Amino acid sequence: MAQLKVRIQRGDGMAEYGVAARENQTVLDVVTEIQREQQPDLAYRFACRVGMCGSCAMEVNGVARWTCRTHVRKVAEDGTLTLRPLANLPVIRDLATDMTPFFDKWARARGQFQPKDAPNGAVPAEFAVVPPSSPKRQEADAGIECIGCGVCYASCDVVSWNPDYLGPAAMNRAWTLVNDVRDGGRRERLDAVAGDAGCHSCHSTQGCTERCPKNLDPSSAIAGLKRSIFWGVLAR
Amino acid sequence: MRGQVHLWAAQRVSAVFLAVAVFVHLATIMLAVRGGLSAAEIVARLRGAEGWLAFYAVFALAAGIHGAIGMRNIAGEWLGWRGRGFDALWLGIGLLTAGFGIRAAWGLYHA
Ligand code: SF4
Ligand code: SF4
Ligand code: FES
Repeated sequence: MAQLKVRIQRGDGMAEYGVAARENQTVLDVVTEIQREQQPDLAYRFACRVGMCGSCAMEVNGVARWTCRTHVRKVAEDGTLTLRPLANLPVIRDLATDMTPFFDKWARARGQFQPKDAPNGAVPAEFAVVPPSSPKRQEADAGIECIGCGVCYASCDVVSWNPDYLGPAAMNRAWTLVNDVRDGGRRERLDAVAGDAGCHSCHSTQGCTERCPKNLDPSSAIAGLKRSIFWGVLAR
Repeated sequence: MRGQVHLWAAQRVSAVFLAVAVFVHLATIMLAVRGGLSAAEIVARLRGAEGWLAFYAVFALAAGIHGAIGMRNIAGEWLGWRGRGFDALWLGIGLLTAGFGIRAAWGLYHA
């Protein structure tokens, strides 16, 4: 059976493994096989294996990807896979990164839903009716399927230049909530995402949009934030 | 934060003005040169022309603002030059740039 060459970043060096190349195998399958058969102390992360949890992202041949939904066949170059931990995040060990800064930024961008009619977190008595065809609902729907994988964050140059930069996912979340008519935190949220560490540093290069495995468009979400803040500042 | 938003807005607004102004500037140069005007004739026309003085003063100001904010952003990203001290530096460079331009326009007005 043909062999697949797999290079994995471990600490400062690269370790090399050989794995049988199969007709159907994902990058995550390969990593799991190496961990089970050859390198029991290899650190990596996964949970759902079906593209829902967002925990399995790694850099595969230089490109950040969700490894459970990435077929080796489509990404191997000359029968070789080179795996590294996601860029722009501290490494815990091997392929496992510390996602804390990533999610702290969601909090900084006010990514929590703040119900308008239930400020203390009480459950509103009635369901809100938000017509699916309304433009704001459609804007919100466009960004809602984020799985928090960090692929966009690892692919954004501005994050690598400015460690304070909120990054695409947190601002995509903020834009989703800005368009949620049930939410009451619009003003504070727009303030939180404004400025050099926020949407105004985005270069609109769309690396995030290009790489997002869920086909979301954080770049346009950030443009929406810039627009809202621009007209908001003029109106103040 | 609010200040940074204003910088961003100032850069976009100055860009819109510059897009028009650069066009007017270049078109005027080409028309003047093709029309066979000599340097002396051009200087004579600019003397006492309030309209051109105002145009070039605003042009220089917009260029100073736009350039300095752009340099501030690039230096922040590439060299890590951030903070109040650097902001003051860019403000100075922007005003200096604008000042040179305005002085030139003023000189032609008074020539
Ligand atoms: S569009 Fe903005 S957020 Fe997305 S990768 Fe480019 S700079 Fe980063
Ligand atoms: S926006 Fe896309 S790439 Fe970024 S964290 Fe969400 S799902 Fe992942
Ligand atoms: S393991 Fe859950 S998204 Fe890949």
